[in-house]
Amino acid sequence: MFPYIPNTDEDVRVMLDRLGISDVDQLFSDIPQALRLTELLSIGAPKSEIEIRKMMHKLADQNLSGYGTPCFLGAGAYDHTVPAIISPLVQRSEYLTSYTPYQPEISQGTLQVIFEFQTMICQLTGMAVSNASLYDGPSAAAEAAMMSAGINKGSKILISATLNPEVKEVVKTYMRFRSIEVVEIPEKDGHTDLKAMNEILDAEAVAVLIQSPNFYGVVENLEGVSEAVHKQKAHFIMMQDPISLAILKTPADWGADIAIGEGQPLGNTISFGGPHLGFIGVTKKLMRKLPGRIVGETVDLDGKRAFTLTLQAREQHIRRGKATSNICSNQAINALIATIYMATMGKEGLVEVAGQSAKRAAYLRKQLLATGKVKAVNDQPFFREFVVELPKSAKEVNQLLLENGLIGGYALTGDRENQMILCATEKRTKDEMDHLVRVMEAIL
Amino acid sequence: MKVAKGLLYTKDHEWVRVEGNKAYIGISDFAQEAMGDIVYVELPEIDEEFEQEDTLCAIESVKAANDIFLPLTGKVVEVNEALEEEPEAVNEDPYKNWIACVEMADESQLKDLMNAVAYEEFLAEAEEE
Repeated sequence: MFPYIPNTDEDVRVMLDRLGISDVDQLFSDIPQALRLTELLSIGAPKSEIEIRKMMHKLADQNLSGYGTPCFLGAGAYDHTVPAIISPLVQRSEYLTSYTPYQPEISQGTLQVIFEFQTMICQLTGMAVSNASLYDGPSAAAEAAMMSAGINKGSKILISATLNPEVKEVVKTYMRFRSIEVVEIPEKDGHTDLKAMNEILDAEAVAVLIQSPNFYGVVENLEGVSEAVHKQKAHFIMMQDPISLAILKTPADWGADIAIGEGQPLGNTISFGGPHLGFIGVTKKLMRKLPGRIVGETVDLDGKRAFTLTLQAREQHIRRGKATSNICSNQAINALIATIYMATMGKEGLVEVAGQSAKRAAYLRKQLLATGKVKAVNDQPFFREFVVELPKSAKEVNQLLLENGLIGGYALTGDRENQMILCATEKRTKDEMDHLVRVMEAIL
Repeated sequence: MKVAKGLLYTKDHEWVRVEGNKAYIGISDFAQEAMGDIVYVELPEIDEEFEQEDTLCAIESVKAANDIFLPLTGKVVEVNEALEEEPEAVNEDPYKNWIACVEMADESQLKDLMNAVAYEEFLAEAEEE
């Protein structure tokens, strides 16, 4: 059996001779004896390729995925259909091996992909400018908050209680180091209490951050928010699900200054939580304050269409101290996936995905409530997820669902431990949903 | 290199034109030449107050972004909004196209500035080095 060490005894002897030492141990003589391994690692005998493959498959099979197991878990990462075209295109070496673009010598292909990504994000959100992507949704939210804190005068930022709790944490962490107080706008029946917002919104606010559809899947009515926020010379930051933008009012429609979101639902798999990608778009007025890199379209010396990194004066490699952000990278490969996804689906395809998801989620909720064992928590318009009240803890219910071959929802905690956020995308079939309803009926 | 008469200059290549208790600020011909094509002038806000040597605003060219320092303590009373749409005007005529006007808090600070002759000498010395 080949032991995976390609050096023959002869090779080793030649190397030792060249170094002028008698055995390999002498190479490590600088390392104190106490730190050195005294016996061989017990990793077993060498295995053949086929044995390794079998072992790895066996390990991988212990994971549950949206392919083998119907998944009703959303709450920030969504099990949407990923078109077959994505995988072979993403794995082309030109894309896969190129590091995130930074230097002038990056290829036109990589630049063009980012340019197309920015264009489509602008079309989706209605904003004037988008950057090349950020690490994930929460970092996009934090960068938006940093932007507002840098531009506007004030000592606090208002965030809705209905914001994804992970996003809240990241925003709070960033704001702590800017000495900006993060104030939560209370929620009411699953949506942001705008009356309460107006009571705490004053000239000290640098921005108001609201998510819609919010963490509970509720589509917020943001009538009047932009006017109220702008009256205090603050920014309106809106976090939105990119799929929902195909059928819902855009951040631009709501008068937002900064649009942010998690781009994972655009063709990226859940991947056990990442890597995902964040997007951020702004109005033309804020273009020079937008963090991260931006690709622009231009012409080369021969007048041919070309792409280039632009507005770099905002970036830290030009003026470190004055940079608008310390972000110096983007999620190029995930943004590529999102770009291929959007191009493949087209406008109609996205509308179909969004519509089907909303319809299926509505069907699932109706069927669950019809069992009489699951209760509604509110009666708000929702997109592809919703909250229900169960007769026992959601964590316990999830365990029972798992034993019945189903990935349940997101179990809420604290005084909401009997509540669960359930999600249905266009990928969930009627059979899968009916199965969940039958199991719920039986276990509750 | 053109150095306009009747203006005061800083070592950072800003110029100052005094009108009563007001001071108009711009950048010198040397500065615009060194920066290259100017693509954006970030203007300060009206009523914003600055101390002497504070960063008033920034000017971006295709090559870099440069801070404009305010040599005088004061409050911004006027900004040249035309530069928002036409930043290249600074390249075309740096002495006509001022950036902002401040109401001076301490006119004695003017004595720290160079006149046109002294600035020309300063430029010549800088070139020799």
